[in-house]
Amino acid sequence: MADIKVVEGSEAVALAVKACRPQVVAAYPISPQTHIVEALARMAADGDLKAEYVRVESEFSAASVVSGASAAGSRSYTASASQGLLLMTEVLYASAGMRLPFVITGVNRSISAPINIQVDHQDTISLRDSGVIQFYVESAQEAYDMHLAAFKIAENPSIMLPVMVCMDGWVLTHSYERVEFLDQETVDSFLPPFKPENFLDVTNPKTWGSYAEGDVLMEFKYAIHKAMNEGKSSIRRIFAELTTLTGRDYGGLVEAYRADDADVILVAMGSMAGTIKDAIDDLRQEGKRVGLVRIRCYRPFPHEDLIGALGRAKVVAVLDANVSIGSEGAVGLDIKSKLNGRPGMPMVLDFIAGLGGREVNSSAVRKIVDRAEKILFSGLPISEAEWIDLNPAIVP
Amino acid sequence: MKITPGAVVKGGTSLNYKTGSWRDQRPEIDQETCKQCGICQEVCPDDAVRQSGDRYEIDYDFCKGCGICAHECTAEAISMKNEEK
Repeated sequence: MADIKVVEGSEAVALAVKACRPQVVAAYPISPQTHIVEALARMAADGDLKAEYVRVESEFSAASVVSGASAAGSRSYTASASQGLLLMTEVLYASAGMRLPFVITGVNRSISAPINIQVDHQDTISLRDSGVIQFYVESAQEAYDMHLAAFKIAENPSIMLPVMVCMDGWVLTHSYERVEFLDQETVDSFLPPFKPENFLDVTNPKTWGSYAEGDVLMEFKYAIHKAMNEGKSSIRRIFAELTTLTGRDYGGLVEAYRADDADVILVAMGSMAGTIKDAIDDLRQEGKRVGLVRIRCYRPFPHEDLIGALGRAKVVAVLDANVSIGSEGAVGLDIKSKLNGRPGMPMVLDFIAGLGGREVNSSAVRKIVDRAEKILFSGLPISEAEWIDLNPAIVP
Repeated sequence: MKITPGAVVKGGTSLNYKTGSWRDQRPEIDQETCKQCGICQEVCPDDAVRQSGDRYEIDYDFCKGCGICAHECTAEAISMKNEEK
């Protein structure tokens, strides 16, 4: 019988991590991630979490500690946000390259400058090329469940990569929600102890990430790319196991909402999907055939699932809570590149929305749907992303 | 031979890479001036100074020619010479 509690999103994540029995936790506090690692520090101090909790002087060191601990054969965890994730970046590329399967919570927050502590996806999106697997969650419940899956996916012998669970700062980390918790025996049966083939051992010295010249470097990078892409089948299988355990539907790398017969499909990641679903319900009542496809697994990019889910729409409007400055939003670019050249695919439009905590409310969703319909009927696709609710009057 | 995931290999394989070929300047020890203090060996970042009896000698297989030994030598016994082919 599941234990049901109303908890803060951060507490739900800390309890998920605790249930996964990490041996090493290292973290440096940064808003809005702090409550997660505070809770884990408290559990460790109280003796409820039997882990080495390493207090470090920076996020670079936090990532380095979990990287080394993972190489030593320990199940390891860290969390960060925003600037902290950027400071971890160098270590995360190296960790993926060395195939070290720790789990990291990427609490989404804007990137400076200007300084801002509210939610957008710029921080974790900037790590999309690192070789770290990324999931984006919509609720505290999904954050809890995905952390259980994250360790199992990371440690899968055919994958062996860091996994980042991305959750929106404040909106998910600091809200209280009803969360169902699995009992420890169930988690233990789902997630066996971490037993890597290679681990640091003084009696059998090995080198991780050894020197590779141009004659083999491409093959090493391709091996990571292949492990991540071929890992999709393992991710689907582990999500399906999680569905069986929890009774909650984690059947896919994407989640479709009223999208089967939709002419206009919105694509989004993270907590804004909740608002979009409400807006869709209203628009449906007005007779508009609108749906949502939410990307749960962003790296590896689930293009097979997206082609299936988007293929019948007339127009796809992507809400990107990030921007590749000088280009477009990352998700829009990904979808356009994967649909390109396939016959009968819908027009794809990219919208930059919700940067720095700018609210993506139902009126913003309506604007995007209206705009997408207008562009569709005009037959003139826009060549660059539109910034929703931008106030051009104050732009110098 | 297949590459290994994570580039994990047995330890010590750096000995197979003769990084001395990167060098464009070579340190030379004047054994007459050398006081055998061993500072050159302590400061070498590539562990490329060997002790042989009471002499210190450069291991040119691994010396990259950074010049730290010459800079730190208190007896000024080490000079840097251009490598020529």
